[in-house]
Amino acid sequence: MHLVLFFIFGGFCVAGALNLLLQRHPINSALSLIVVMTSLAVLYLLLGAEFLAAVQVIVYSGAIMVLFTFVIMLLNAQREERTHGSRAAYILGFPGAAALFAILAFIFVQNGKSLGFVDLSPSTMVGTHQLSEVLFRNLLLPFEVTSVLILIAILGAVALARHHEPPRNQSRPAGKEQR
Amino acid sequence: MNFWWFLLISVLKIAVVLFILLTAVAYTVLLERKVVGRIQNRWGPSRVGPFGLLQPLADGIKLFLKEDLLPTAVYKPLYILAPCIALACALTSIAVVPFGADIKFKGVDLFDIANINIGLLVILAVTSVGVYGIALSGWSSNNKYSLLGALRSSAQLVSYELALGLSLVGVVLRAGSLNLRTIVDVQATHGALSWNIFGGFQIVAFFIYLTAAYAETNRTPFDLPEAESELTAGYHTEYSSMKFAMFFMSEYANMITVSCVATLLFLGGWSSPLGHLLPSFGPILDAIFPVLWFVAKVFFFLFVYIWVRGTLPRFRYDQLMGFGWKVLLPIAIANIVVTSLWLGFVKPL
Amino acid sequence: MVPIAYYLILSAILFSIGVGAFLIKRNIITIFMSIELMLNAVNLSFVAFANYWNQINHQFSGQIFVFFVMVVAAAEAAVGLAIIIALFRARKTLNVDQVDLMKL
Repeated sequence: MHLVLFFIFGGFCVAGALNLLLQRHPINSALSLIVVMTSLAVLYLLLGAEFLAAVQVIVYSGAIMVLFTFVIMLLNAQREERTHGSRAAYILGFPGAAALFAILAFIFVQNGKSLGFVDLSPSTMVGTHQLSEVLFRNLLLPFEVTSVLILIAILGAVALARHHEPPRNQSRPAGKEQR
Repeated sequence: MNFWWFLLISVLKIAVVLFILLTAVAYTVLLERKVVGRIQNRWGPSRVGPFGLLQPLADGIKLFLKEDLLPTAVYKPLYILAPCIALACALTSIAVVPFGADIKFKGVDLFDIANINIGLLVILAVTSVGVYGIALSGWSSNNKYSLLGALRSSAQLVSYELALGLSLVGVVLRAGSLNLRTIVDVQATHGALSWNIFGGFQIVAFFIYLTAAYAETNRTPFDLPEAESELTAGYHTEYSSMKFAMFFMSEYANMITVSCVATLLFLGGWSSPLGHLLPSFGPILDAIFPVLWFVAKVFFFLFVYIWVRGTLPRFRYDQLMGFGWKVLLPIAIANIVVTSLWLGFVKPL
Repeated sequence: MVPIAYYLILSAILFSIGVGAFLIKRNIITIFMSIELMLNAVNLSFVAFANYWNQINHQFSGQIFVFFVMVVAAAEAAVGLAIIIALFRARKTLNVDQVDLMKL
C-alpha cells in the first residue's frame, strides 16, 4: 500500500519537475512546481510527518507559489526566448546535472541497506505536540531569530518593490504635474 | 478494522456527503435569492414548483444546456483547468469536517469522512490552494477585467488568510489540539456556556474569523474581485455554461465550509446548547440530534451571510486592504496574547 | 514497506532536475522556481532521515530543520520577487542574458 502510494506521488513529483524544466512559459512551470510541492506533502505524510505535510501545503503551495504566480501575472511574463547564453548552458548543464544525480544515487544505493525501511508505527509518528516541544523549548532562540529574519525580509521586500517617485525638478512644465 | 469495510463505508460516506453538499449548495442559492428578495421588498423566485422550490433544478438544467463558449484569445489549458481547481478545492475541504457525535460502525467513524490530527490545518491548506482557481481563471481569460479581478482576489485572499489563521489560534490554544473532534469535545461540557464564543471568551476571535472568512469567500462586503459595477463580473467574465456554474458552485460550497468551520470552532459543533439538560432519547435519536444541531447552526451562519449581503455596501479596494492589515491583524494578535496570558495564569496546563 | 533509500533517490532526482533547470532556464522567475525545487528536494531527504533517526533514538531534528528551511525559503521568495519586480522596472525584461550589464 505504502509502496504504491510512494510510486504514484513520487511519479507526480518527477513528472512535475520535468515539466518545470521543459515548459517554456513561466506560468506552466509554476503550476508544475505546485504539483511537485503538493505531492511532496503526501510523501511527508508517508514518512510520518503530518504537521510538516500541512505546513508544506500552506506555506509552499498556498503562500510562496501564490506570490510567484502573482508576480508572473503582474509582470505579464511571456514565453522565454532562446538567447546566446543558453547553448553553453545546454552543453554544460545536462551533463553536470546528470553527473550530480549519478553521484548522489550511487551513494544512496550503496548505503541503502544500512538505512532500513520507513517505519510508520505510532511511536515514530511525530505529532504537533512533540514538534512544538522541541521547537519552543530547546530551539527557542533560533525560532526567535527566524522571526527577526522574516521581519527583515518583509521590510526589505517593501523597500525594494516600492515604486520610487521620480525626483521633483523645476524643469517640469506646469500643468503636467503627475497626480 | 477490516480494510474492505473501511473502503466501502468511506466511499458511501463520500457519496452521501457530496450529494448533501451539492444539494445544500443549490438550495443556498435559492435561499439567498428568496431572502435578498424579501429584504428588497420583492418576492424572489416563486414560479417553478411550490414556493419556487424547484428553481435550483431549473437553474441547473439551464446552465447545463447552455452553449459552452470558448473565447478565441484565452489560454486554453489553464482556462479549462481553473474552474476545476476552484470546485475541487471547495469540495475537498468538507472531508475533514465532523458533523455528528463520535459513533463508530465496524471501527469506522460514521459522522465524518476523515478524522485526522491536523484537521484544522488541512482545511486551511485546501482553502489556500483554492486561490489558484481564481488567479488562473483571471490570467488565462486574457481580459483586463478578469485579470484585475484575479489580482484583487489573490491579494485579498493572501492578506485575509493571515487574520483568519491568527483568529483560530485562540481556539487551538484552549483545546490544545488541531483535531476538530477534540476542539468540539472541549466545548461540549456545559452546553452553550462552554462554547468558545462565550465560555472560551473568543468572541473577538469569532468576529475576526467571520469577517476574514467573508473576504476569503469573496462575499459582500468584500466581493471586490467580482464587483459587477466596476469589473463586469471579475474573474469569471469570460466563462459561460458549466464552467461558470463550477465557479458558482465553488463559491457557495466555500460558504458552507466556512459556516461548518465557524460552527465547529466557536459554536460547539454538534453539541447541544442545553448541554446535559436534555434527557437521552435512546441510541438512534441520540445519534441524530447532534447532526440536527449542527445543521441548524450552519443554517444560521448561511442566513447571516445572506443578511449581510442584503445590508452592507461594498468596500473600496484601499479600505479593504487597510482594514485587513491595520485593523483585523493587530486585533487578532492582541487576542492571541490575551488568550495565552489568560490560559497561562488562570488555567495552568 | 518502502526503503528509506527510495526517498533519498527521489530527492536526488528532484535536486538534479532543479540544478538542470537552474542552468538551462533563461527566465529569471523560472530560475528562482528551480531554486525552490532544490530546496524542496533537500527537505524531502531531511524528512526521510528524520524518520530513520526517530526509529533509532527518537530524534526528529530533521523535521525541525525543514521547518527552518521553509521560513528561510519564504523570506527569500519575498525579497527575491521584490528584486525581480525592481529589475523588471529598470530593464523591462526578465531574460537573464539581457541583464548582464552593470550600467543601464
